[in-house]
Amino acid sequence: MTPWLQGLARLRQYPSALAGLGIIALLVAMAVYAVTAIPYSEARELWRGGEAWQDLPTNASPVWTDRLLGGNAPRTIRVATDDVVMEQERYEGVRLQRAVLPVDFPYGGFPQEINLFVESQFDERQPFVRLTWRTPDGESIPLDARRVGESERISISQDRQLESRLGFTPQVGLFTDAEPGADDPQVRQGTYELVIEAIQFEETATLDANLVVYGQVHGLFGTDHKRRDLTVALLWGTPVALAFGLLAAVGTTLTTLIIAATGVWFGGWVDAVIQRLTEINIILPLLPILVMVGTLYSTSIWLMLGVVVVLGIFSAGIKMYRSMLLPIREAPYIEAARAYGAGNARIILRYLVPRILPVLIPTFVTLIPTYVFLEASLAVLGLGDPVLPTWGKILNDAQAQSALYHGFYYWVLAPAALLMLTGLGFAMLGFALDRIFNPRLRNV
Amino acid sequence: MTTPQPSASASRAARGEPVLCVEGLQTHFDLRQWGFVRVGSVRAVDGVDFTLDAGETVAVVGESGCGKSSLARTLLALHRPTDGAIRFDGTPLNGLSGSALKAYRGRVGYVQQDPYGALPPFMDIQRILAEPLIIHGVRGRAERARRIDAALEEVGLTPAADTRGKFPHQLSGGQQQRVVIARALLLRPAMIIADEPVSMLDASVRVEILELLRRVQREHHLALLYITHDLSTVRHYVDRAMVMYGGRIVEQAPVAELLARPGHPYTEALLSALGDPDADNAHRQREVPGGEPPSLIQPPSGCRFHPRCRHAMPGKCELEPPPPDFRPRPDHRIACWLHE
Repeated sequence: MTPWLQGLARLRQYPSALAGLGIIALLVAMAVYAVTAIPYSEARELWRGGEAWQDLPTNASPVWTDRLLGGNAPRTIRVATDDVVMEQERYEGVRLQRAVLPVDFPYGGFPQEINLFVESQFDERQPFVRLTWRTPDGESIPLDARRVGESERISISQDRQLESRLGFTPQVGLFTDAEPGADDPQVRQGTYELVIEAIQFEETATLDANLVVYGQVHGLFGTDHKRRDLTVALLWGTPVALAFGLLAAVGTTLTTLIIAATGVWFGGWVDAVIQRLTEINIILPLLPILVMVGTLYSTSIWLMLGVVVVLGIFSAGIKMYRSMLLPIREAPYIEAARAYGAGNARIILRYLVPRILPVLIPTFVTLIPTYVFLEASLAVLGLGDPVLPTWGKILNDAQAQSALYHGFYYWVLAPAALLMLTGLGFAMLGFALDRIFNPRLRNV
Repeated sequence: MTTPQPSASASRAARGEPVLCVEGLQTHFDLRQWGFVRVGSVRAVDGVDFTLDAGETVAVVGESGCGKSSLARTLLALHRPTDGAIRFDGTPLNGLSGSALKAYRGRVGYVQQDPYGALPPFMDIQRILAEPLIIHGVRGRAERARRIDAALEEVGLTPAADTRGKFPHQLSGGQQQRVVIARALLLRPAMIIADEPVSMLDASVRVEILELLRRVQREHHLALLYITHDLSTVRHYVDRAMVMYGGRIVEQAPVAELLARPGHPYTEALLSALGDPDADNAHRQREVPGGEPPSLIQPPSGCRFHPRCRHAMPGKCELEPPPPDFRPRPDHRIACWLHE
């Protein structure tokens, strides 16, 4: 059994390490699920927004937070003509189609919006549609009556004329029995109906309607200002964050280590050049440089990753690794290796680097969340990848829409919680690994 | 390509040519200030001549800091000589590089003082022994495994299967040194340089390791350069001994001759400091040379031993360094004006 496996086996003695591993496993599972359930191209397409989300309310909080606080905010209700029987009567030259869409409304709050999406097929003459709203106690309220095109959105809640008739905005007035203009209208629960009557002038013409009564709450994580379900971005943020953190940590740690080892091994001017480069690089500010690259060039996440790795190579780590490697350089086994003919590259990669690699594992693990946070910080600063959904982008959107001012706490808390969970998981594992692999902390 | 083949070396040996021939060898280390201004040098090896025949065991004896380890490292091409010539199997070592240097390193084995430090702690024994074979292009896992097992068994680590999978820290000091010797033998060298191979081992295993070195040296007809500060281990295991002082060889002779009739005052002093298993010794006053080992940065003028020498001749020894080849007998060379 190699020392590596022995070290990993000792992880079992640290409950915090197991908890950290559990968190990391959860994140990895989320990442794998995200990548398999929503392919990369589809995720980018979805996050662009648009029609895919037209059935969802804007800025809806998660269902469970409302229920947890004892609320009964409405969910979104969708009823389509496909779900009900459409009656048909024939007259001379015209057909009258009639559909009744039931809206079961047991909630304690008014809906956010009411839209009817109508699609019809015809050759020349547009169908004529008349809409009537029926309350649970049989009262009928005439809504709109109009010709409809091939694909049309009838915004019932935007109907100003209806609003003045009802004395409330339509989404309130249609669901209450309060006197028009009352201060505190209450919801009347029960089953409402939307009656759609269409006059078709052509024999083959069709009509499909889709009523959406938008709720105040949605799903596990709510929606944002573009009606996008945050679940997509929270799920897809996981593989992006893990990949960014892991690649940046691996990229910087390994190259830094190899460069430090090269400097230590050759010494002389090679070492001097590496040390001076490091000293210059250490005083260069990373964030402003990234902001500059993002502003002037591109905010692609992979370009940012590249810049982070390149600037991370000649980092303070070189000094630390150098101090660890200098005594090893003089070790008799290195002298022996030279004496039996090992070349420079072999000595650096097989004799110097592996000697301190175990000590680096904890540093490396605790470095991963640092880069995850860096990516999120960049996104919050508006330098996030424009097409890829990430945790940082959610925070950026939330900040741009003043989410906290408007009380959309869920919008900030969910991505922040995931970021913190990531940090916690890797930190707990890293600290335990540090105790195992770092000889100075052993038996402490 | 000037790589000497084993058959060539065998024929050279048959003609009586030495395996190793060292002439006027100097290894100095520059002392620098601010990294580039040279302010002096450490004259670790300062004019050394000797030869080493095939199948011959020669000891280099001297106190700490006399330059014997620097001599070993220069012979292993780990340090670049400042001046002088080294010829191995008739091929000059100066300026050797690339594959020729690698080939030379494959023909010289190295046994170090600290067996634990000499083995990379993160590799198992199998891997440690495979390294030289991989470097020298021995292809095929099976072939390498066969040679590794043979080497382990040759140095007495039987069965090899018990040792192969272990890590250095799981072996005793003696076993570690056996692995080091196995590694030195793996590439079938013509010469082995052993730098204090037993000084860090328990007294109980020193004899075993020295016996092992002598056995493999005889079986493979190796030239063995045995570097030690301990004259007591020299008597039974070497053919010839050289005494080094202040970066120079002050006396060389067959070991029996040297021990019986030391010619240089420094050799005499070393011998008198040697413990003798005789009860009378406990009460005998010994003559031990006073003073410090000489500075290698600013060595004493003339004969480097003169400040500590009982027989120093004022007006002679401190002025002129003695030539290294006063010969009271044909195979006995002394660098001392007393033998002029």
